[in-house]
Amino acid sequence: MKARVFVTLKNGVLDPQGKAIGHALNNLGFASVGEVRQGKVIDIELAENDPARARASVKEMCEKLLANTVIEKYEIELK
Amino acid sequence: MKSAVIVFPASNCDRDAQTALTQLTGTKPHMVWHGDTQVPEVDLIVLPGGFSYGDYLRCGAMAAQSHIMRDVKRKAEQGVAVLGICNGFQILTEAGLLPGALMRNAELKFVCRPVELVVEESQSVFTRRYSKGERVRFPVAHGEGNYFAGEAILDRLEGEGRVLFRYAPGDNPNGSARDIAGILNEKRNVLGLMPHPERSCDPLLGSTSGRALFQSLIDNLS
Repeated sequence: MKARVFVTLKNGVLDPQGKAIGHALNNLGFASVGEVRQGKVIDIELAENDPARARASVKEMCEKLLANTVIEKYEIELK
Repeated sequence: MKSAVIVFPASNCDRDAQTALTQLTGTKPHMVWHGDTQVPEVDLIVLPGGFSYGDYLRCGAMAAQSHIMRDVKRKAEQGVAVLGICNGFQILTEAGLLPGALMRNAELKFVCRPVELVVEESQSVFTRRYSKGERVRFPVAHGEGNYFAGEAILDRLEGEGRVLFRYAPGDNPNGSARDIAGILNEKRNVLGLMPHPERSCDPLLGSTSGRALFQSLIDNLS
């Protein structure tokens, strides 16, 4: 199966890149844009058909490498 | 004092560290490749500055998982002194040897200039040759040196005298919490700092105030 991991900064952690993107969008005339937060998407192909096992294994990957849990949170989507 | 410098792909201050250590200790450090599994028996291990693994995923994230880091962790636990400079500091936080994380500079710019630092604590193997409150000048050269940690961890670092270097008031180049430039681990044998003491050891480079850091290590570890 395939897993998609979203890694974003935790709430409350300053995201200067998101802020700069927000300013740029405002400058382009998108006046409705409020706060912007940016992050990463990581797609992983897994030789695993059991969703529970796949999720457990991707969770471990997130904790060990994909996210720095001091500053980042993650969400896992399985397909 | 016997020393080793770990060389990762895209380390770029490994030679600077080698030159400073050779000049000050009179002996060449071992240059140890990241794919090796063992660091030779030494008194000091340096994780140098650079852009290890192209800063992929996060600065220091890949290097923290490299083969050699397992032995660096083991030796750090045994009490061997470990000095992580710039990217080395990022690697130490990613490896869990130091608390907190180094985030993108608050101004989003790569900052490359000398900064003024305050030596906050002289009670460590790294800073005994300095006096508390002394001002020193080291260069910084980084895009992600914005030190972040939870309030409780910051309080603890300060309470336990583990903040060794702070940017002088008004000279914080990256938005680091409480102007923190360098911190110690709990056992006080692992130091990570963003500024470069190894580039402040030769008068030709504009400052020699980094020498005392290496001299402190030589006094304590030889």
